[in-house]
Amino acid sequence: MVSPDIVVIGAGVIGAACAEALSAAGARVTVLDRGAPASGTTAAGEGNVLVSDKAPGPELELAQASRKLWPELLAALAEELGPELADAEWEPKGGLVVATGDESAAPLRDFAGAQRAAGVRADPVTAAEAGALEPHLTKAITAAVHYPEDAQLQPVLAATALLAAVRARGGEVRSGVRAIGIEADAGGAFKAVLTDRGAIACAAVVNACGPWAGAFAADAGAPIAVLPRRGMVLVTAPLPYTVRHKVYDADYVGAVASGDADLQTSTVVESTGTGTILIGSSRQRVGFEERFEVRVLAELARKAQRLFPILARVPVMRAYGGFRPYAPDHLPIIGADPRVPGLWHATGHEGAGIGLAAATGRMIADLYAEKETAVDASPFRVDRPAVIEEVAA
Amino acid sequence: MSRTVVSSIVVIGAGPAGLAATRAAADTGADVTLIDAAPKLGGQYHRQDARTGDERFALPAGVQHLRESVVWAIEPIDGGHRAHVRTGPADSPDRTGTSIDAAALVLATGAYDRALPFPGWDLPGVFTAGAAQALAKGQGVAVGSRVLVAGTGPFLLPVASSLVGVGAEVVAILEANAAVRGWLSNPFGALAGAGKAGELAAYAATLVRHRIPYRARRAVIEAHGADRVEAVTTARLDADWSPLPGSEKTMEVDAVAVGFGFTPQLELAVSARCELRDGFVVVDAAQATSVPGVFAAGELTGIGGATLSAAEGAVAGAAAARHVGAEVRPPLQAMRRIRSGRRFAAALGEAYPVRPGWRTWLRDDTLVCRCEEVDYAALRGARNDRDATGSRSLKLVSRAGLGLCQGRVCGANVAELSGIDDPAAFAGRPMAVPLRLCELAGADPEATPEIEPGVKV
Ligand SMILES: Cc1cc2nc3c(=O)[nH]c(=O)nc-3n(C[C@H](O)[C@H](O)[C@H](O)COP(=O)(O)OP(=O)(O)OC[C@H]3O[C@@H](n4cnc5c(N)ncnc54)[C@H](O)[C@@H]3O)c2cc1C
Ligand SMILES: Cc1cc2nc3c(=O)[nH]c(=O)nc-3n(C[C@H](O)[C@H](O)[C@H](O)COP(=O)(O)OP(=O)(O)OC[C@H]3O[C@@H](n4cnc5c(N)ncnc54)[C@H](O)[C@@H]3O)c2cc1C
Repeated sequence: MVSPDIVVIGAGVIGAACAEALSAAGARVTVLDRGAPASGTTAAGEGNVLVSDKAPGPELELAQASRKLWPELLAALAEELGPELADAEWEPKGGLVVATGDESAAPLRDFAGAQRAAGVRADPVTAAEAGALEPHLTKAITAAVHYPEDAQLQPVLAATALLAAVRARGGEVRSGVRAIGIEADAGGAFKAVLTDRGAIACAAVVNACGPWAGAFAADAGAPIAVLPRRGMVLVTAPLPYTVRHKVYDADYVGAVASGDADLQTSTVVESTGTGTILIGSSRQRVGFEERFEVRVLAELARKAQRLFPILARVPVMRAYGGFRPYAPDHLPIIGADPRVPGLWHATGHEGAGIGLAAATGRMIADLYAEKETAVDASPFRVDRPAVIEEVAA
Repeated sequence: MSRTVVSSIVVIGAGPAGLAATRAAADTGADVTLIDAAPKLGGQYHRQDARTGDERFALPAGVQHLRESVVWAIEPIDGGHRAHVRTGPADSPDRTGTSIDAAALVLATGAYDRALPFPGWDLPGVFTAGAAQALAKGQGVAVGSRVLVAGTGPFLLPVASSLVGVGAEVVAILEANAAVRGWLSNPFGALAGAGKAGELAAYAATLVRHRIPYRARRAVIEAHGADRVEAVTTARLDADWSPLPGSEKTMEVDAVAVGFGFTPQLELAVSARCELRDGFVVVDAAQATSVPGVFAAGELTGIGGATLSAAEGAVAGAAAARHVGAEVRPPLQAMRRIRSGRRFAAALGEAYPVRPGWRTWLRDDTLVCRCEEVDYAALRGARNDRDATGSRSLKLVSRAGLGLCQGRVCGANVAELSGIDDPAAFAGRPMAVPLRLCELAGADPEATPEIEPGVKV
């Protein structure tokens, strides 16, 4: 067997995007996952590719780059793999953020104004215009902003299309293989990834273990702070009519930036290609506790019904959830670990990993090739205090 | 809006297991609430005619029975579990919500029967054997006038008998496995092992009287028809269940009832986080699951018939009563019945397994998931081209199991076809049944629902 140049640990959307970008740059890549590919957090979320929810700053810059890159990347994959294998249900449908209370109207307008200054298309609309964009929306609107750039894709399709490209280029995707550490040679140079199925010699390893990235980093001798934040989503039965855009309650913005442990929900209502409606999502810091809480679902349902009264009698078929991986400063961690040569990290994307994956993969590939990155990579560097100093002992 | 009630023991399911658990627990003086989705007691085996007003079963005094009440979620609370219930006809917009806090929970949610796919199985007129029987017993309705019963296991006999009872002609019973030798040597001996000789003799007499042929090693491998089933192709099977070339026959029928064993109704056990093994809930000698205060009985723990289910229920009910502090005599007789019943269940499982050759009945365009219309080729593509080797990614790539039945019909088949070695891979459903958004909005007893003015809930 030929040794890979790079081993990517974790076949979620982030690992898949890194592997795709590295293999596009010519590297021989092996992707490992202890479970099945695209079955972790990536299978547990919605597929929002958003700029609307991000305040100006490094994450917005990465999101803008990624929003631009995703359709280009999917088009290139369709060229390479054929349209069917590359299909990821990409839909640039746009977002509509609405404030339903007097207290959230002004903050929404200010937020949108700041985003416009940063180059985001954020068009204020009247309540009547919002109603024209979204006929079934509540009439009780105090402010609304249309974000034409917001888009959506199906995360598992996206991740598996990226992995298919990796394989088409001679790379390997191995499921059921757990990475347990790394091995250096006598001089301290990187030598191999250790797994429960033996060592794999390679030049570098990318830790893309999502919410479990902290555990692998510790096993590799370079702990980083990545924590899980639980989220739940509701799915309705398919409906004859549809919600046309991604519609958010303006409280979304507040919850994203907050670090409260207790339950927060921010309503996002959107329809999928098959007519079902996704209602997201909650945020809780409860560790890896999978316990199912009725109050969380009830809260999601109440808020969605407030936004779309027409949904009151629609059957909810199921609820599912996962753990968003986050760093204490709520920024992704992307780059080489200065403490251990050959060890790279691409994780901590919290509630935006699907959207940010394309640009993250590109950034890793550019950094690996020592090329200039499209977006300034320094805010995401591994050795920032929030990531390596706050690691729980 | 939900109100909260407290009961020391909650039994979910009023089949043979749940009824026995309720009686055993109530006999100790414990306070028991019995919840079942059906309007009447009895579960599957003792399904009563829903059209009449009388009730065949009596419950001990003091037992609270919530009929037409479905438990859609359970969650742990201090000192026990909370069952979230909706009461009212399944499709009614006016169901009421209750949550019941219990110190001990007995899960007796039973099983549903499994259908294997074959070309044409999605035509109207193809029923699961259980559905055909439920319609016959519960509504007095025959699914067709010329019906073929096919599948595996002794359960096919009562199904045929119920169909005859509502006036259908049963053209044959096809048993996919071989006729079993020894004490299970005739189809009627099988259930007799569980102490049902009388009942089976009656089925046998029915079959003889109506000249219903019983054919071993044969199965329906295709159903034909334009708008509904008009004919079927049957074939003789080898030991692996691959059809023997040249053995095909065509029969004209207007309905088919297929049953290939049972799939336990696991969602509540999964959301209570009970340990599973081989797709069933693991219990100890007192029917206790791995979760303190949660007991399980009946088909949930293994498939062994109504007698075994009732014995397990009696033990679970007593154990639940003991858990809440009641004075309990060990239910030795029921425990003995469980031991012999489990031996019988094991023999049953060995005699009537589902063999892998059924996969060869499928063609590329045979639907494996009817709700989402996913065919076999698409399912294979998801696995082979998209690395969808786990149940989660498989669902999201192929869409199999994402529809209204949420994998109840197709889950076990999809798992087997995709090489996922876990029969319960599709059993996790945090919401055990669909709920309207407004019902969910009012489900949390600690919150006041904020409902949009003008929307009647
Ligand atoms: C409810 C919810 C809604 C969301 N909605 C959105 C949204 O709309 N838009 C958006 O952009 N993002 C959203 N997200 C966030 C997004 O899902 C995540 O940011 C993203 O999926 C993270 O991808 P990942 O590849 O880092 O992690 P994962 O998908 O979890 O992948 C990590 C993989 O690593 C594997 N692994 C872990 N440890 C090891 C090891 N030692 N060896 C081998 N393999 C290992 C795991 O098995 C796993 O498959 C949402 C998240 C949730 C929970
Ligand atoms: C359709 C069908 C027909 C059968 N007919 C026969 C037969 O004729 N002869 C025979 O020997 N065996 C028959 N069997 C096998 C027989 O069902 C079992 O041997 C026996 O009934 C199992 O008893 P149980 O108490 O475990 O479950 P069941 O009798 O299945 O009872 C389970 C009960 O739980 C209730 N329930 C489940 N989930 C919920 C929930 N979330 N909330 C509220 N209530 C819930 C259901 O409404 C049901 O009444 C049949 C099985 C099926 C599936």
